[in-house]
Amino acid sequence: MSEGALLLTAAAGGRGLALGAQLPALQVVAPLLGAILCAFLRKGVLAWAIASLVTWAMPVVALALLWQVQTAGAISYAMGGWAPPWGIEYRVDALTAFVLLLVSGAAALMMPFARKSVAGEVDGDKQAWFYTMFLLCLAGLLGITITGDAFNAFVFLEISSLSTYVMIALGRDRRALVAAYQYLIMGTIGATLYVLGVGLLYTLTGTLNLVDLGTRLDAIGMTPPVLAALSFLTVGISLKLALFPLHAWLPGAYAYAPSFVTAFLAATATKVAVYLLVRYLYSVFPLVRMLSEVPLFELLVALSIAGMLGASLVAVFQDNVKRLLAYSSVAQVGYIMLGVGLANEPGLTGALAHLMNHAVTKAALFLAVGAAYYRLCTVRELTTLRLSDLAGLGRQMPVTLGIFTLGGLSIIGVPGTAGFISKWYLALGALEHGWWWVVVAIMASSLIAVVYIGRVIEVAWFRPAATALAEAGRPNAAMYLSMAAFAALTVYLGFATEWSVGLAGRAARMLLELAP
Amino acid sequence: MMPSTALLSEPSALLMSAASASGARALMAAEPGTLIVWAVVVPALAAVLIPLVGRWPNVREAVTLVAAAALFALVVQIAALVGTGARPERILLEVAPGLDIALAVEPLGMLFALIASALWIVNSIYSIGYMRANNEPRQTSFYVYFAIAIASTMGVALAGNLFTLFLFYEALTLSTYPLVTHKRDAEAKAGGRTYLLMLLGTSMLLFLPAIVATAAIAGTLDFTPGGILKGKAEGTTTLILLALYAFGIGKAALMPLHRWLPAAMVAPTPVSALLHAVAVVKAGVFAILKVVVYVFGIETLATSGQGDWLLAVAGATVIIASLYALASDNLKRRLAYSTVSQLAYVVLAAAILTPLSAVGAALHIAAHAVSKITLFFAAGAIYTAAHHTNVSELDGIGRRMPWTMGAFVVGALSMIGLPPTAGFLGKWFILSAAMTAGKWLAVVVLLASTVLNAAYFLPIVYRAFFCGPSDRAGSSGGGGFGHGEAPWPIVVALVATAAGTIALFLFPEPALRLARAMVE
Repeated sequence: MSEGALLLTAAAGGRGLALGAQLPALQVVAPLLGAILCAFLRKGVLAWAIASLVTWAMPVVALALLWQVQTAGAISYAMGGWAPPWGIEYRVDALTAFVLLLVSGAAALMMPFARKSVAGEVDGDKQAWFYTMFLLCLAGLLGITITGDAFNAFVFLEISSLSTYVMIALGRDRRALVAAYQYLIMGTIGATLYVLGVGLLYTLTGTLNLVDLGTRLDAIGMTPPVLAALSFLTVGISLKLALFPLHAWLPGAYAYAPSFVTAFLAATATKVAVYLLVRYLYSVFPLVRMLSEVPLFELLVALSIAGMLGASLVAVFQDNVKRLLAYSSVAQVGYIMLGVGLANEPGLTGALAHLMNHAVTKAALFLAVGAAYYRLCTVRELTTLRLSDLAGLGRQMPVTLGIFTLGGLSIIGVPGTAGFISKWYLALGALEHGWWWVVVAIMASSLIAVVYIGRVIEVAWFRPAATALAEAGRPNAAMYLSMAAFAALTVYLGFATEWSVGLAGRAARMLLELAP
Repeated sequence: MMPSTALLSEPSALLMSAASASGARALMAAEPGTLIVWAVVVPALAAVLIPLVGRWPNVREAVTLVAAAALFALVVQIAALVGTGARPERILLEVAPGLDIALAVEPLGMLFALIASALWIVNSIYSIGYMRANNEPRQTSFYVYFAIAIASTMGVALAGNLFTLFLFYEALTLSTYPLVTHKRDAEAKAGGRTYLLMLLGTSMLLFLPAIVATAAIAGTLDFTPGGILKGKAEGTTTLILLALYAFGIGKAALMPLHRWLPAAMVAPTPVSALLHAVAVVKAGVFAILKVVVYVFGIETLATSGQGDWLLAVAGATVIIASLYALASDNLKRRLAYSTVSQLAYVVLAAAILTPLSAVGAALHIAAHAVSKITLFFAAGAIYTAAHHTNVSELDGIGRRMPWTMGAFVVGALSMIGLPPTAGFLGKWFILSAAMTAGKWLAVVVLLASTVLNAAYFLPIVYRAFFCGPSDRAGSSGGGGFGHGEAPWPIVVALVATAAGTIALFLFPEPALRLARAMVE
């Protein structure tokens, strides 16, 4: 990592338009340009190739940025040369770099899976469009993360959302259309609330720059209009990140989107929304944590726990496999927001680390389900995957179901998997408050996960297979590569945590203004 | 250390053991810290190798046997070091600040590792006979998960801190689940559910929170003589933590959290014998003992007076489980409840909270291991040869299977606690510790349990040797008459463990020395 960054910055040093200094722009502009390029293509393969090249370049840029931040501190990049706070500022600090790496890395590791899976689920003439939308979505997600401007974040939020609606609607099941429409309505409400909040802040302070907003709000104090803006922003973003009870759009969207899209959204989209909320709660409204009359953090903790338990219970009764995992995602968002609400070092570290741990785990799970679906589609007419479709698959696709089991163990939070690490820090954070009942809730939720993951495992291994599978329908090596990468990361992050807890801890200490 | 030639052709078992002997020599020369790592790695390596040679059953079984022998040699090697006062340890990696995966040897863990690794050899021989004679399906995966379970057991025994112990404890639960559900029928599925949910449920809801709280209070999770909570936890905190540990370590099967153990009896008998009479359940009581000695500290607990309620719960478990055993006609079920009762002895001994009682607890772990595995071996032999599973079907079987039932008698005597068997030893120490400490409840429980043990084991012996074959057994045709002993690997194994039960009584010195070193 550091070598590549060194090269980039070294190459940059000599000339005025140094590449190393332009990396923040490159992180967003490259996928945007790639999207435009894909829009002109007819062939799905070519579009996939371009999307892959662009997507694979993104983690390199993110790593270089991370290295720059770690060696030289936060980066401020004036977009178009307009100095902040008047122009749009791209700002990369410890938290930004972590989320950029997470989003770009997850996308890059998924690309090998995309080719066959998308070809199987999306009509040939729509595949180039599909990759256009994918790159737009990626640009939007990276943009939300990197921008230091409240309104610019809104623009990227819309870019990513609109492209997501399209991608969901491309699912094979006709219910994908309804799901996309539902998400469109809910997403638009969320975006509207967000922009209302930003508008209020702008009239109060006259600035849209997030850093500038922070200092000015500090001077104004928590007056009623500021509180109104805070509530608009919190509710708006909570809709996007599917905080219980604002999660209603998520299960349908995840269940009926193409397999690849589900995995991509589960690993990245909600995570970026969490990032945005954390940014507002911890950087823009620095006073909110000292405020006694607004129990915002207690409310977050309460809703998170309701989500962790409620959504897990609902997952137990799902028959559609992707829907089951989607409810599990709502529960896992609960874990993350619980840590955000705990607002102490171990809690916030656990929350941010769980962004990565859950992304990796859920990607492995959804890709495994995608591979099973891909294989079953070659012998049966299937629009969606039901639990009973998995009967006997443990014998027929041992690797895929093995990866699913591994991911399931991480969702349960078995030690030696990524999920355990997050739970450990969240529990420590809860105990620091003396909230032992929160610890009980965390553990109870993982116990419910044993039940819903166990249901899938039992069907896959105990029930006899319904049909013989054709050899020809095997997922190709590239698909296995993606799945294996996420499975390996799930285990790796359970044993070595410098990339998850290490980076997350640094970001948490920065947000809580503790010594690094 | 395993030869790769096994992949190319089917080599003779001789060649394999020769190759591994040279590997073993290389291991002997390794430094102590590396040796204990190998104790976990060797069975794990076997788990990797077994599926590769799964096509050739003889080679596959050779891998298991060689790995078991190598592991035992390793553990004996380490035990010799521990005997000289060495305490090798090795930090494998730092997962996160304060969360290390570390292995460290202390006498109690050494004793547990010795028992488990020695019995793995015997049990493997038995498994080969049993699995083949009963034409069990999926034998390759059976041996794979078995090896993983043994690796996890070694990890539990040699864990240097609570986090490492927890890691391997959970790995043991998960790796034994496929063994419990080996038959894949409805009964196996139901048993597997109870097994997994109760074990994971207790460990997640109670054990893990206790560990997190310990980390938060003590600032460390390393096992330290004298206890890491010494002087840091107050009365109520100690009470809550002790309760969380005692019930959270569900593998110790303290009532009312014992139901998973009878449920696990749907597994093939070798699994019940080694895992659910030795490795898994002993991992539970071992963990409790370890927590009492190295996390709380015996003295700290004794002065806090928190041991008494635990003693009462353990005492109740001893008696109630014995009554269940008395009422069970299914032989394996009776043995399972007997295990629940005998495990509670260990917890009871730990709860007396004196050094002598801790020695008794450690000895009882060893004694119960060799005797209960003998009993399970006998039950499996009866099933293999005569297809009987119920006590009421055993009339006169002692005359057809004298070796098997002879071994059963030895195991039963040990359960009751009579000389010349190992069971006498542990009971003696616990009883004298209870008397010196003035814990009269414990004394009463032990005496009552002796009577109950006699009441549910002696009728089996009586039926086997002194009742004639009943009409029912006679009329059931080929299954009832005409069978003799089970295949020789089974008989060899059960005679070996029966001999071990007597040997442990005659030569208790090595075990005793380790147990005493623990409390010094």
